[in-house]
Amino acid sequence: MFDPQIIFAGVLNGLLAGGVYVLVAVGLTLIYGVLHIINFAHGSLLMLAMYAVFWLWRLLGVDPYVALPLVIAGAFGFGWLLYRGVIGRFSHGRDENILLITLGLSIVIDNVALLFFGGDTQTIDVPYAGLFVEIGAAFLPLPKIVSFAASLLLCAVLGLYMTRSDTGKAIRAVAKERQGARLVGIDVDNIFAISYGIGIACLGAAACLLMPSYYVTPTSGHAFVLVAFTIVVLGGMGSFIGAAVGGFIIGITEALGGLFLGEQLGQIGISLIFILILLLKPTGLFGSRA
Amino acid sequence: MARPRCCVLEVSGLRAGYGAVEVLRGIDLAVATGEIVALLGSNGAGKSTLNNNICGLYRPFGGAIRFDGSDIAGSPSMRIVEAGLIQVPEGRRVFPNLSVRDNLELGSYRRGRPARARNLERVLAIFPRLDERLAQAAGTLSGGEQQMLAIGRGLMSEPRLLILDEPSLGLSPLLVEEMFALIGRLNGDGLAILLVEQNVVQSLAVAHRAYVLENGRITLSGKAADLAQDPELRKSYLGH
Repeated sequence: MFDPQIIFAGVLNGLLAGGVYVLVAVGLTLIYGVLHIINFAHGSLLMLAMYAVFWLWRLLGVDPYVALPLVIAGAFGFGWLLYRGVIGRFSHGRDENILLITLGLSIVIDNVALLFFGGDTQTIDVPYAGLFVEIGAAFLPLPKIVSFAASLLLCAVLGLYMTRSDTGKAIRAVAKERQGARLVGIDVDNIFAISYGIGIACLGAAACLLMPSYYVTPTSGHAFVLVAFTIVVLGGMGSFIGAAVGGFIIGITEALGGLFLGEQLGQIGISLIFILILLLKPTGLFGSRA
Repeated sequence: MARPRCCVLEVSGLRAGYGAVEVLRGIDLAVATGEIVALLGSNGAGKSTLNNNICGLYRPFGGAIRFDGSDIAGSPSMRIVEAGLIQVPEGRRVFPNLSVRDNLELGSYRRGRPARARNLERVLAIFPRLDERLAQAAGTLSGGEQQMLAIGRGLMSEPRLLILDEPSLGLSPLLVEEMFALIGRLNGDGLAILLVEQNVVQSLAVAHRAYVLENGRITLSGKAADLAQDPELRKSYLGH
């Protein structure tokens, strides 16, 4: 049963799953890095984006990959508005308030989704869902390969944006030195909103890449966020590189765990890594915070 | 009392503080075009409170702050930066995770953007040390280098008035000398400077005029040369 070829296939599958995890975790770590809070609404907003992709397909027949730019833009706008209209407004500048507001938002969003969309599992039928690519002994579903490649590409674009553009530099400046940022004329509140928007835009992208091979229910975001949170802690809170490396480690761990222990118990590996990293290196692999 | 329109900065009757605590109890202060004005005072006199209210980090309780003739009291800091009033803060406040180059470029985030390349060249000519460290993260610089970076970042936004908050703090005596020489040179190019300092002797040597702030009030003001001879000031700050 533990044929090296099966393990090889498991590792490849985990790597592919890791791509989307990276995207979800990068959004989470970006928001944490700038706002210094864990966005508890992350899973609910991912679920909302997945429904957006689903309804775009169901009502208008838009292919999830075609919808990608639209959903990214929409998710950015939604996140920006959510910060400007709700989170920033009611937090009164206190980080712990932001934390509670995102928690409240998640409860509201989940239940509104349940009210309007019902509890049924929804899936999308795309013609390419059943296509496989053969690499050695591994048969890899085409949608997963696409989502892996697109996730990496989007993370690279985001990385370039953060290091090359003025707004990206301003986001990184605000993350570490808010006062200094104000003194060069950076609109810190707007940078908060933009960062939140980018974090949610990552979820929009993840939703488009997930839907061809995944399903959505009002609770389907939570599984991803638990995983993403583990990734962020593993890689180091606020670290981009950490989120990327952590995403793949967790993806592979999950796949191998599933292989050896079965689908139900496979998640134990993730929890184990979470506990180990907290015990051995609480700052994470790439964490800088003392 | 009417003042001539020559003043870049004119603070009148400024009251400010934190919460219910009033720190500044009616400050009058002016900086004219091309002038170095020293604001002297010991720890806790209210110097930084004054700075932070002028720069829009806090909202004053009352009074007026006029910059280039328009009232900026209570405006957000980005509008004040846009107008050309730039503070180089105490403690430098450079972006530790960004490179020296990125720090300098962000200096022209709100103002001076079109001439960014030219200003960068100019700043690097003033601080050749920064030129050697362009790619280095600002957090890894020495204290003196970070101070240069903070001033350089301020110059990137083509200030009409530069507020320097304790630029000599934490520097070695040699660097302090260099810092005051630099302040003189910057002013020589026509830049108005409000120098907020505890270092009384050297501040009075470089400044045209000075104010002494004590317990939230201006207790002394006048020409720097006269203040340097003031028996009261000599007694409380110089010990003789």
